[in-house]
Amino acid sequence: MPDAINKVTIDMTVNGRKFRRQVEPRMLLVEFIREELGLTGTHIGCDTSYCGACTVQLNGAPVKSCTMFAVQADGCEVLTVEGLEKDGQLHPLQKSFSEHHGLQCGFCTPGMLMATHALLEENPHPDRYAIKKAIAGNVCRCTGYQNIIKAVEAVAASSKEA
Amino acid sequence: MYPAPFRYHRPTSLKEAILMLSTLGETAKPLAGGQTLIPILKLRMDEPTDLVDIGRLPDLRFVKNEGGWIEIGALSPHGWIARSDIAKTVPIVKDCAGGIADAQVRSRGTIGGSVSAADPNCDWPALLNTLDAEIRCSGPEGDRTIAIGDFITEAYTTALQPGELVTSVRFRTPPAGSGGAYIAYKKAAAAFPVISVGVQMTVAPGNVCQDVRIALGGSGPTPRRAEQAEAELCGKALNSQVWQHAADAVAAIAEPTDDVRGSSEFKRQLLRGLFLKAGDTATRRSANAIIEGSHVYA
Repeated sequence: MPDAINKVTIDMTVNGRKFRRQVEPRMLLVEFIREELGLTGTHIGCDTSYCGACTVQLNGAPVKSCTMFAVQADGCEVLTVEGLEKDGQLHPLQKSFSEHHGLQCGFCTPGMLMATHALLEENPHPDRYAIKKAIAGNVCRCTGYQNIIKAVEAVAASSKEA
Repeated sequence: MYPAPFRYHRPTSLKEAILMLSTLGETAKPLAGGQTLIPILKLRMDEPTDLVDIGRLPDLRFVKNEGGWIEIGALSPHGWIARSDIAKTVPIVKDCAGGIADAQVRSRGTIGGSVSAADPNCDWPALLNTLDAEIRCSGPEGDRTIAIGDFITEAYTTALQPGELVTSVRFRTPPAGSGGAYIAYKKAAAAFPVISVGVQMTVAPGNVCQDVRIALGGSGPTPRRAEQAEAELCGKALNSQVWQHAADAVAAIAEPTDDVRGSSEFKRQLLRGLFLKAGDTATRRSANAIIEGSHVYA
């Protein structure tokens, strides 16, 4: 173990707000989000890069924040589940999860939302296969996934009408 | 789970990174996307004193198709490769890049990291063997190019010297009439493949196999070429009997381990099926058929 570990100063924009913090290099991005910034919507499920509950968007791309150091996100834009709601209104994807019973206990939901939000940003009208591919790295133990897929399909269909 | 403490360095050029890694010595590790390294650190299976973050080095995220070679920069993430022009022109690359783990891991994990990790079950080493690729490296002694078969020397072990980094991988652009497929069997997206097979072949009119390369993942400590199976196919008109003989030859050289992912015999049987499926897809793609996503999930 090295004798002295210097903290590293990092700048990060999280949900549109700029933050500067000094962190230990080994601090994981998920711990930074939850413990330094107090944004506890991002969950730690497996802590082994398997379950996807910790999914956030990093410069738009979905990433598992338990498998990334906060220092690696220096200078980046991070979007967490708290960033989806606008002016007290739930994001259409959040509403759709509620309407289609796309959650039960809700533990996986922040990760599911961020994974599918990233999908819809890249591909506003995904087919069923693309939706399944997008949540292949997110584990849900309640819903059986079908209602999550329906929730995302409904948002894709409504933006098609608009 | 926190990794053990380490010092963090972020060099701004490849040259600086190499110098830093050479000076710090073997207790320093390069960090690119971190999708292999960070889980290892969190389990404290390794406790490096220093991490050299090469993830942002300039000019190492690229794909090129020039002068008969396709070259992919070491810091290209899997998902980015899957959406690149190369993935459109060489479908076997899309099979591999777009099928690795899940979307989140594909955002961060890089081809250079995957090939340097040299996990016996991971996708890029098997795919790069199928394409007879070369690994380009840069280190304190200069640049060198190593054939993939010589690059991965043992399980989790490569020919990289201390301070040396992979900068790109390259392989010959497949000619017209050449088609390929890479198929892995996975228990879940985020899990490592149980076993995998890549086939790249050129089929002449009359359904005659002109040229073929077959490589297996998870079938030994390093990716394994199925040379006997290639000989069973080469120069022959392809029919089910020829394919069955080739599948026998594939199964015969595979030595998958008995482990939590399945028994050795189960994996060998699985490999036969995956090989026949990959062969069928490769044959149809050689006639320009468009066939998407081919991995098999439990």
